[in-house]
Amino acid sequence: MIAAMRRFLVLFACAGLLAACGSDDSGSPAGSTKPQLTVSAAASLKNAFRRYAQDFEAAKVRSSFAGSDELAAQIRQGVKPDVFASANTKLPDALYAAGLVGKPVVFAANELVLAVPADSAVRGLSDLTKEGTTIAMGSESVPVGAYTRKVLDGLPADERAAILGHVRSNEPDVAGVVGKVAQGAVDAGFVYVTDVEATEGKLKAIDLPADLKPQVAYGVAVVKGAKHPEQAQHFVDGLLRGAGREALEGAGFLPPPGA
Amino acid sequence: MNWFTALLWVTLALVLAFLVFPVVAIFVDVGPAELIASLDDPSAVDALWLSLRTSLAAVAIIVVFGTPAAWLLATRSFRGREVVTTLVELPLVLPPAVAGIGLLAAVGPSGLLAPLGISFTLSTAAVVVALTFVAAPFYLRQAQAAFAAVDRSWLDASRTLGAGEARTLARVAIPAALPGLSAGLALAWGRALGEFGATLMFAGSFQGVTQTVPLAIYERFATDFTGALGLSAVLVCVSGALLLAVKFAFRAAY
Repeated sequence: MIAAMRRFLVLFACAGLLAACGSDDSGSPAGSTKPQLTVSAAASLKNAFRRYAQDFEAAKVRSSFAGSDELAAQIRQGVKPDVFASANTKLPDALYAAGLVGKPVVFAANELVLAVPADSAVRGLSDLTKEGTTIAMGSESVPVGAYTRKVLDGLPADERAAILGHVRSNEPDVAGVVGKVAQGAVDAGFVYVTDVEATEGKLKAIDLPADLKPQVAYGVAVVKGAKHPEQAQHFVDGLLRGAGREALEGAGFLPPPGA
Repeated sequence: MNWFTALLWVTLALVLAFLVFPVVAIFVDVGPAELIASLDDPSAVDALWLSLRTSLAAVAIIVVFGTPAAWLLATRSFRGREVVTTLVELPLVLPPAVAGIGLLAAVGPSGLLAPLGISFTLSTAAVVVALTFVAAPFYLRQAQAAFAAVDRSWLDASRTLGAGEARTLARVAIPAALPGLSAGLALAWGRALGEFGATLMFAGSFQGVTQTVPLAIYERFATDFTGALGLSAVLVCVSGALLLAVKFAFRAAY
């Protein structure tokens, strides 16, 4: 019994040690004095924000990536990250109107595309109406899904119905759509051009017709009651000019409309 | 009551408060009227119906294949039995995301069995596969323990009276192990009803085809918190009723 207990304790200690090793550079003296900034960001911002976080001087950045709608719902439920960055302007504007975040700014633009495997025969939207084609898209509430439906609304009714009839999954965020296409679970998915670039050639992007292309603008705001409002503002400023801007461009994001 | 007993009661009270509070909060936040209203939505009804069908299918598969397998593990000793038992229990401790990736790598569209034409994804069958994978160990573990606890002398008596092993299993061992088997079944069913991560990764989310109740709750959470609470409340009631039914059914029998 005692022996078993001792073994358990040893195991427990090992697990603790592992966990301590895992928490990267927290041991360094410089890291421990920096405040920790919590950033809730749209799933499509993952690569750009990861790179930006590495270069961010004012704080150690912890990001949580998910569908913008889920993150906004968390904020409405009282979760308080320092920064909220969304794949549209509607959600941050609504949170601003509700007094939950500071005034949002538009910091980047993106492009909705059709993503297909690199060797796919799909050439455009009209191929999606073909019998047996399978499609993944974002669910209605997540920005990428809302943009996708807007595009489909611009199509003739029979074409739209045919495409919607081939949808096999409504994913909670854009990462889910990319995953389903990359896995070959579906033939095509509606994602942002930056998501396709992040797959490094595994997927290719097919442009949507210019008259159907939705304007995809990203909004960011400092959350009211943020623990580190000053660093949060720094983070937002850096997205407009500075390291954040560069990271966004490196990931393929476009400058905000009108900039 | 000495101090140690008092301490035990205090810890039980803390454990209970911690485990029950979030569940109670669901029902405090949503009134019965809203709860019923939230079900008056085709996507909620589809999700409930789909969850019921897929979890029942998974449980049926688990019982049919799991019962004899558990009997073998409980009654035979062979080289590597411990290893086999551990392998069978492994999905129990796997994160759902690992289960999802594993299923994709095994029976996904570009998985190991894809060249043989065996591939499920984004279909109701894929949901059943995911649920079976994550829930089976709950039944197998309980069933093995329940069979191992059956009094040897009953089994020997059955054999001395001329019954073969199959008959002994069906007529003596299963009835004697029934409380344990049903407890395992209830746990497996509950786990199947609650499965989220592996289902989303492997089967996707589509109303009426692959969107089970947990996926519908997640989708509603963003836009319709009350609706998400309503569906959650239903899931709590169904799962709770399941556990209680099994507990009472076999208390009455013994």
